[in-house]
Amino acid sequence: MVVGNHRRRRALLGVRMLLLTAGVVVMLVPFVYMLATSFKPNTMVLEIPLQFFPRHPTAANYVQAWTSNQFGRFFLNSLIVAVATTTAAVLLSAMMAFAFARFRFPGRGLLFGLVLIALMVPTMMMLIPQFLLARHLLLLNSLWGLIVFYTGGNLALNTFLLRSFFQDIPVELEEAMVVDGASSWTRFWRLILPLSRPGLATAGIFTFLASWDEFTWALTIINDPGKYTLPIAIALFQGQHATSWGLVFAASAIAIAPVLILFAIFQRQFVAGIASGAVKA
Amino acid sequence: MLRTRSTASSSSGSSGARVASPRRPLSSRRRREVRDAYLFLAPGFLLFALTILYPIVRAFQISLFHWAIVPGAASAFVGLANYAHALHDPVFWRALGNTGFYMAITVPTQMALGLAAAVLLDARMPARGLYRTLYYLPVVTSWVVVSLVFRYLFITDGGLVNWVLHDNLHLISYDVNWLGARWTAMIVLGILGTWKGIGWSMVIFLAALQGVPRVLHEAAAVDGARAWARFRAVSLPAIRPVVAFVTVILVIGGFNVFISVFLVTNGGPFDQTQVLLTYMYREAFSFLDFGYGSAISFILTLIVFALALVQLRLFRRPAGSA
Repeated sequence: MVVGNHRRRRALLGVRMLLLTAGVVVMLVPFVYMLATSFKPNTMVLEIPLQFFPRHPTAANYVQAWTSNQFGRFFLNSLIVAVATTTAAVLLSAMMAFAFARFRFPGRGLLFGLVLIALMVPTMMMLIPQFLLARHLLLLNSLWGLIVFYTGGNLALNTFLLRSFFQDIPVELEEAMVVDGASSWTRFWRLILPLSRPGLATAGIFTFLASWDEFTWALTIINDPGKYTLPIAIALFQGQHATSWGLVFAASAIAIAPVLILFAIFQRQFVAGIASGAVKA
Repeated sequence: MLRTRSTASSSSGSSGARVASPRRPLSSRRRREVRDAYLFLAPGFLLFALTILYPIVRAFQISLFHWAIVPGAASAFVGLANYAHALHDPVFWRALGNTGFYMAITVPTQMALGLAAAVLLDARMPARGLYRTLYYLPVVTSWVVVSLVFRYLFITDGGLVNWVLHDNLHLISYDVNWLGARWTAMIVLGILGTWKGIGWSMVIFLAALQGVPRVLHEAAAVDGARAWARFRAVSLPAIRPVVAFVTVILVIGGFNVFISVFLVTNGGPFDQTQVLLTYMYREAFSFLDFGYGSAISFILTLIVFALALVQLRLFRRPAGSA
């Protein structure tokens, strides 16, 4: 390219990084302030003049959040629901995606069209009929009610995502297995799934996140505090202890920690999942 | 092989006449293929039909009734009365206006800032991955947590924002009651939505920008085009389909705003900051008016579909791209 503007390039890079750093500060301030607040003793939380960082940091909020408010229970509920949902949704959508990607059968276009339509309909629109359905099926106030509807709600997107993954696997590999007399199930289990690990990881992560963070449905069908998941526990907790912000944010930090850890480990799948869905479409 | 080439008979299902037809009998292999397909499809699709498709149809049906909450009690069919009610309900119109306002401020800001961050990151530079991660952090954090954090940031007495703007920078002469009035509260909600969403549009724009062939940039540079001219003439046309996609998704997302409003203002004070979904939720689950709640959410769905169609048409018109 053009030579001799080395200096100008360096200056440009400096401007670039300066602007990006300013942006990062804006992105991070709410998080840092939340963490700082969670380490403040409760009496100091809304003191004036305000201190950004606690002068005498304490972990008391974390201890109290974890011990006195059944937080272990809520954490466990969230974990059970998210793991069960992820397992069921990824398996069922992989099976559906396999059927759509590799078989020709009457009604294929129609059924796949229904999957696509469901992706466009706002989930909140289904809330009232889903509530009536859950009541009819005796699923109100139970973790099963969360698992069943979270699984159902995650099928469309995962099927869509995995179908395009499966379509990229060369058919020749399967044909070789067919010649050897392998059944459809063997092909699915031994060939398609192992070859689609990145796709399955992406689908699994997004499903886990969606059910870990889900708020509205849990708020709507769960009343019994023993069945609370973390999002509704935190929101309702803030409602009850309007001024105990340190406690609320300690609980929030506990709730988002697993997500951030997952994000740190599987960052590539996250970004690939987001980007591929868009750029391919 | 697996997607068999036998076209004529493939759509005929198990019709005996077709099987017997001399043209091309369904081979046992083909029949097995169809059977296997349905077996793979069945468990997932039945659950999907029960928990998603059936409620979608049911939502419209419920909106035509004055719905009786007690199980088994008869509900009165009222036709479009719930929709007529919405048209004469000032809170509904205010909620619609607020939803539109939220969308109107969050969509352009997320587009512009997300694109700006993507352009800045689309270069060889140190710590690029770290920057990308940090911008993306709000996207993966739960709406519940960030909503509570923003509520805390914008508290009138002792909130961080007033402290910075009033006590430190002296940009304002008194502590603003941000969440106590309609427009300031809507602006706070808009800032929250933008802040949480920038990382998402940035990741998508960045992937798209990286797909633009370098050769085009180099050719333009040789022709003497400066960075801004190259961006407008090379990058922007190339990522046009992605811009369309992001716009459609953001508009839909803006109309679906719920958790942040529910937790930051809960529609208050006095319904000033209701959006369609918080209003629907209250009508349905506090006042137990399921018919009216369904009508509101059905109207929302129609608006979302209409907007998506209009945008897809707008973006499709100029030829050459995609």
